[in-house]
Amino acid sequence: MHNKTLAQISQDLQAGEYSSVEVTKHFLDRIKNLDGQYNSFITVTDELALTQAKAADELRAAGNANEWTGVPMAHKDIFCTDGVRTSCASKMLDKFIAPYDSTVADNFNKVGAVSLGKTNMDEFAMGSSSESSFYGAVKNPWSEEHVPGGSSGGSAAAVAARLAPGITATDTGGSIRQPASFCGVTGIKPTYGRVSRFGMISYASSLDQGGPIARTAEDAAMMLNVMAGFDKKDSTSIERDVPDYRADLNKSVKGMTIGLPKEYFSSDLDPVMAQTIQDAIKEYEKMGATLKEISLPNTNLCVPAYYVIAPSECSANLSRMDGVRFGHRCEDPKDIEDLFKRSRSEGFGDEVQRRIMLGSYALSAGFYDAYYKKAQQVRRLIKNDFVAAFNDVDVIMSPVAPSPAFKFGEKSKDPVSMYLEDIYTLSTNLAGLPGMSIPAGMINDLPVGLQLIGNYFDESRLLNCAHQFQNATDWHTKTPTGLK
Amino acid sequence: MSLDTNQVLAIADLSRLQIDEKSITEFQTNLSNVLDLVDQLQAVDTTGIEPMAHPMDAVQRLRADVVTEVNQREKFQKIAPSTDNGHYLVPKVVE
Amino acid sequence: MEWEVVIGLEIHAQLATKSKIFSGSSTEYGADANTQANIYDLGLPGVLPVFNEEALRMAVKFGLAIDAEIGMKSVFDRKNYFYPDSPKGYQITQLHEPIVGMGHIDIDLGEGKSRRINVTRAHLEEDAGKSVHEGFDGQSGIDLNRCGTPLIEIVSEPELRSSKEASAYFRKMQSIVTYLGICDGDLSQGSMRCDCNVSLRPKGQEEFGTRTEIKNVNSFKNVERAIEVEIERQMDILEDGGSIKQETRLFDADKNETRSMRSKEVENDYRYFPDPDLLPVIIDEEYVEAVRSTLPELPEQKKARFEAEHGLSAYNASVLAANREMADYFEVAAEIAGDYKMAANWVMGDLSAALNKNEISISEIPVSAEQLGAILKNVKGSDISNDGAKEVFSAIWQGKGAGLENPVDQLIDQLGLKQVSDTSAIEEVVAQVLADNPKLVEGYLNTPEDKRAKAIGPFIGATRKAAKGVNPQVVMEVLKQKLSELG
Repeated sequence: MHNKTLAQISQDLQAGEYSSVEVTKHFLDRIKNLDGQYNSFITVTDELALTQAKAADELRAAGNANEWTGVPMAHKDIFCTDGVRTSCASKMLDKFIAPYDSTVADNFNKVGAVSLGKTNMDEFAMGSSSESSFYGAVKNPWSEEHVPGGSSGGSAAAVAARLAPGITATDTGGSIRQPASFCGVTGIKPTYGRVSRFGMISYASSLDQGGPIARTAEDAAMMLNVMAGFDKKDSTSIERDVPDYRADLNKSVKGMTIGLPKEYFSSDLDPVMAQTIQDAIKEYEKMGATLKEISLPNTNLCVPAYYVIAPSECSANLSRMDGVRFGHRCEDPKDIEDLFKRSRSEGFGDEVQRRIMLGSYALSAGFYDAYYKKAQQVRRLIKNDFVAAFNDVDVIMSPVAPSPAFKFGEKSKDPVSMYLEDIYTLSTNLAGLPGMSIPAGMINDLPVGLQLIGNYFDESRLLNCAHQFQNATDWHTKTPTGLK
Repeated sequence: MSLDTNQVLAIADLSRLQIDEKSITEFQTNLSNVLDLVDQLQAVDTTGIEPMAHPMDAVQRLRADVVTEVNQREKFQKIAPSTDNGHYLVPKVVE
Repeated sequence: MEWEVVIGLEIHAQLATKSKIFSGSSTEYGADANTQANIYDLGLPGVLPVFNEEALRMAVKFGLAIDAEIGMKSVFDRKNYFYPDSPKGYQITQLHEPIVGMGHIDIDLGEGKSRRINVTRAHLEEDAGKSVHEGFDGQSGIDLNRCGTPLIEIVSEPELRSSKEASAYFRKMQSIVTYLGICDGDLSQGSMRCDCNVSLRPKGQEEFGTRTEIKNVNSFKNVERAIEVEIERQMDILEDGGSIKQETRLFDADKNETRSMRSKEVENDYRYFPDPDLLPVIIDEEYVEAVRSTLPELPEQKKARFEAEHGLSAYNASVLAANREMADYFEVAAEIAGDYKMAANWVMGDLSAALNKNEISISEIPVSAEQLGAILKNVKGSDISNDGAKEVFSAIWQGKGAGLENPVDQLIDQLGLKQVSDTSAIEEVVAQVLADNPKLVEGYLNTPEDKRAKAIGPFIGATRKAAKGVNPQVVMEVLKQKLSELG
């Protein structure tokens, strides 16, 4: 049952092959039996899930079901879920029982989906390896020695380990695409403003965007249909109709122009990775797409611009974690300053503290123009590169990351080397464009993803390209060796 | 750009973080390395480029002036570290 | 040395919206602690701000009222600082692109004199919560009900030159915001608060001296007092050859002194940056014109009209126009009375005295403008005397008109205040009085012409004794006529 895709489970439930309670129990059992190995969940809401599943079965019996009724899924532990701990993988929020639902969680509740629990991640979504979680690192189901990527490592690992057919995630600089690539699953980061950020704990407000991780493009489309949409509770949400993301899946890619940024395929790129990606792109040529070299001249500025903007925004976003109204509070504070400082230092891990300090520094008097303002100007240059490129091409393709999954501890000691992991994914967040990762090959028995970058609001085209690739290849059906 | 110990401590203070003695050097090194990385920005000519705060260049939407929230104090204070008589408690703040 | 005082004020005015600036929580004053603090106001993880259209409209209205440039694009920034009453660890405000730019107001300096003061800017921001220091066993209690109440911070140019000018400026701002209906202007509830920037410089010097900022002064009187003691303090230091430290100070009204607020000194790097959860607010000419069309007549315009149309003195006009309710009351009463000057004297005299004595505001007055108008109409028509008018006014104030269909007329009757002004009736009475007092008449006739005015007094007394409620002016005229007929 767990090898079925979300779309298949939805069909089976509609056909009465099994009940929601049965499929929910099946996944809950799998999590219980196998997740000790992966640590991909922080909280499993078994009781709640079974209650939802029962209600779903009753709805179906009454003839009031839709395609989502009773379908199991899970949420990254960054989405607030009313009455359920929402920790962001931080000690700071270890006891934070969210008193409200994020719009994304609410949307899934409304369509009658069943939530199995909350998945592990890098603390406050800051990281590319899911090693910084207060609840311990997530293991890559393909190899115990390797990281699952981050920050949505728990979501990607759990989908890869067949612990849930589809899981929500977020992407601020590659946090959906890079773990999807490392774990051999499919993930899409939509256009900025497409998915409501209300109730999604902010890391960097102008870059954060929610999206799904699933096994196939079709499943991702099905999830995005629930996640996307205008939300009046989020000022940055875009008021624009949401198409049915499954409608275009079967379109031909014939005649489509694919842009290949020369800066992404420079001599710095590992030749094996380059070959793997080129091979994948050849599939599109076979299907009738044409390739075109393009230039994104400011690519080398993405990492520096990102590591000014994201820390600056996060330094303010995380100020509310002060030990006064919720979250961790230190023992016996001697005065208010002591309460703030010790609560925060005890509550936050090193990487979070580093980014807060970096942001405080970049925004501080005398440095604002040199750092923050400069980075925002460079951000426009980066966006302009893409706007120009999309005059000539329909979709851009590239590697997701410089390498397949790296080993635990390999980069966590040196933040800069970790930051450079995001070199191919950051630009889409800075520009606000949609990006996707689909399984496209293997290197040293580890999966490798192909990144698809689309024009604004062109998610349907990305999903279409991904689906066509998945019709022609079987990378997305590969199972981690030894998976039960 | 490299930061000295006092700068690190000043930034930590501004951020309301308490850094213990033995991690100062590590923070100092790591933060300095990141600043070296971001200093690449300084070489870029951005004359006349409008800073971009938002990817979409969209405009603020307005909310009607209507009271939509009801009192949920009890629910919210359940997750608070310390409350008394409806107030959140903190060590005495005096002017 | 002769010193020149330089004062600039920053006034915070709470906008009278129903809900908060970025959330749907109520802004009502006086609710139980934290019952109006919801997920947004508590700054819970994941919440996002959405801007209240009414706060925008009110701010634009204010800008138009002070003839200011309106920010067609305004941007919200985060001002970062940690304090337990600031739940997000930053305040949403407007730094570089405020909604209201340079404008000006005219302040009233008494005796009809006024002076123009430029207003640098006014920006939108959210209010903070409150800390309560008593009753929590040595700890502080935090109430976040006020968090997110919309404010406009109105910043003046440093053009005020005395404590009197400063309080006149504050008063004028209160008058304007209440006229506009964008703030209730209640200083005692903190709806309006004032920070005073004060510095001294040698007379003739262009460069400003070092200033201090006195935070949160909460009454007109205290603005004057705080500034006066601060001027004195600074002058003492400067005269002694010392220098002023730029700092934030607090006014202690009980001790009548200002003192340094050390806790604020560490907070000087606010790390402002545009709030990424909010987008630029863009308005167009059409919007501005629509708001302009809703502007009421403002104190300045009203004052000018009172002078021109109703012939009031500059002083009376400015006093009456300062308070919109008072001005409205005056106009209604005057219209009915048919005498604007008399109504002005009454409102500024007896009515204001009664309000002060009872410590109530014009909105709570038990005598309606229509009733005062009716009373004064009787005076105007000589149906009652001015003293009679006071009696009716006071009777209605005390509730004696309750249940009466037409309290003014009925009370005049009940209290016997009606004056007899009918000449023929009075002639009869006078004829009788003269007939009854031959000696007095003889005495009068023997009085030289130039002293007769005084000698007429006893006849008036006798006439009024004989017939209660006669109009003394008519009596006087009839008496003069009759007596002159006798010789």
